[in-house]
Amino acid sequence: MALHERTLTELGAGLDAGDFTSVEVTEALLDRIAGGDAQLNALITVTRDEALATAARADADRAAGNGGPLCGLPLIHKDIFCTRGVRTTCGSRMLDNFVSPYDATVVERLARAGAVVLGKANMDEFAMGSSNETSYFGPVRNPWDLERSPGGSSGGSAASVAARFTPAATATDTGGSIRQPAALTNTVGLKPTYGRVSRYGMIAFASSLDQAGTITRTAEDAALLLGVMAGFDERDSTSIDQPVPDYVAALGDTIRGLKIGVVRQHFDEGLDPATGDRVRAAIAALESLGATTIEVSMPNIDLSVPTYYVVAPAECSSNLSRFDGVRFGHRAADVDDLLDLYCRSRGEGFGDEVKRRIMTGTYVLSAGYYDAYYLKAQQVRQLIADEFKKAFADVDVIAGPTAPAPAFKLGDKVDDPIQMYLNDIYTIGANLAGLPGVSVPCGFVDGLPVGLHLVGPHFGESVLLRCAHQYQQATDWHTRCPEGFA
Amino acid sequence: MSLDKDQVRHIAMLARLNLTDDEYAESVEKLSKIVDFVDQLSQADTSGVVPMAHPLDAVQRLRPDVVTETDERDRFQRNAPAVTDGFYLVPKVIE
Repeated sequence: MALHERTLTELGAGLDAGDFTSVEVTEALLDRIAGGDAQLNALITVTRDEALATAARADADRAAGNGGPLCGLPLIHKDIFCTRGVRTTCGSRMLDNFVSPYDATVVERLARAGAVVLGKANMDEFAMGSSNETSYFGPVRNPWDLERSPGGSSGGSAASVAARFTPAATATDTGGSIRQPAALTNTVGLKPTYGRVSRYGMIAFASSLDQAGTITRTAEDAALLLGVMAGFDERDSTSIDQPVPDYVAALGDTIRGLKIGVVRQHFDEGLDPATGDRVRAAIAALESLGATTIEVSMPNIDLSVPTYYVVAPAECSSNLSRFDGVRFGHRAADVDDLLDLYCRSRGEGFGDEVKRRIMTGTYVLSAGYYDAYYLKAQQVRQLIADEFKKAFADVDVIAGPTAPAPAFKLGDKVDDPIQMYLNDIYTIGANLAGLPGVSVPCGFVDGLPVGLHLVGPHFGESVLLRCAHQYQQATDWHTRCPEGFA
Repeated sequence: MSLDKDQVRHIAMLARLNLTDDEYAESVEKLSKIVDFVDQLSQADTSGVVPMAHPLDAVQRLRPDVVTETDERDRFQRNAPAVTDGFYLVPKVIE
């Protein structure tokens, strides 16, 4: 098997056996990126020299018998994670020139475990988008059809993994930004429980919803990475101090007797019928592995998207007030006064969608509207969280579609924010309630991938990964590679 | 349109965003659509529901009030557009 076709776990086994070196793996993948990324635009920065130096150190560490759990294994970071000494843009003109003076905790932990970073992935600007079209650095193309979007906001991470540029990438998910692009590119996208992985050094969008996770080709690799990334961090005030289980060890257990909830509203008219068929077939496959299904009702789940589009913009308008053209980031030239400096630096530095969300957030937080929008949304958010809590009293996981339809054409939804927002209709609930979720490849419609979405209770990553892994042992959708990237 | 041009101008000023004339026209249309869309929240019966403060009901953690950071001003200021003698430079504020 060629090096780029191997998963992290398979590469680790090959390195252990001495079949190849990390430098060889790193060179092979860097060559693939150099040869293929002109088509995809999946990376903003390639860190060739740093990657080769890290790989050489990893090979030496391994030979000396003291490598970490990811010693010499390659990955790509979403460009939302601060990386010391490397440009960190968050997909924005605002941070086009920003070289981070420190590492995000996620970056630090993965580096300490021995990972080799190949580069930084393209993304929607400040993670605000579902198509990767809001990036200042241009849209990412879907390796399954270059005319289509890979989804977003972690589109560069997902496209890189789908195109075999890397076996794994970090990503972030505020309303579906890991799971939706994973579904649209035939990859596995894991969003952990809110607070499971540190947000320190992950550029903030909506702090009560943001969570870091992974895009890989297998649940097994997601388990491997999560074990390294998860854990308490005193530098993140919402990090949760809970022991980190051995996610890999739990993968092999049976799912016999597992109770799977199916939300009726998730199969309503908003869902593309062919996509629904693939997802129903995947749920049937889980039943044939011994799971049972139970219908659950969530009467307020349809209000997830409007709730999110109050809460997330409100938090974004607050978080992005730090970009003022004074301490870092873009600064407008020839300004009249301090007010002009702020307004023009921000006007020039932010793109249309980011400005739209800042203004939406400013509006819902402004005097006279706060109760009607922001407080009301936080109440509905509590109702939705309560419905999940009630459901998890009866079921172990909830299964359904990740996205309402396969990948759409670039340009198709860019003029209608509501249509774009509705792409996250099935994923947003998990963010509002702080729950973990995973998208797993479960088939194709007209040659385009479809994802099965599994949501678990708080800190239920083990059961999600086990369910996804057992499904992947019984199916081979995730082994399909887009033509042109074999 | 649920928002008019004056309201959008006011919001943009509160948010410290300079918009071009074209951006104002587009913002009136698109922000109105978004506001109409989120208005469906008003249908939900939320009487007696306490607004969510944290998805896991966690409380704010406090740390001892001791110095933990070293002075790295020079390194951090390398990303600043304009500094002198360790100060950030902005246009004159006081006449």
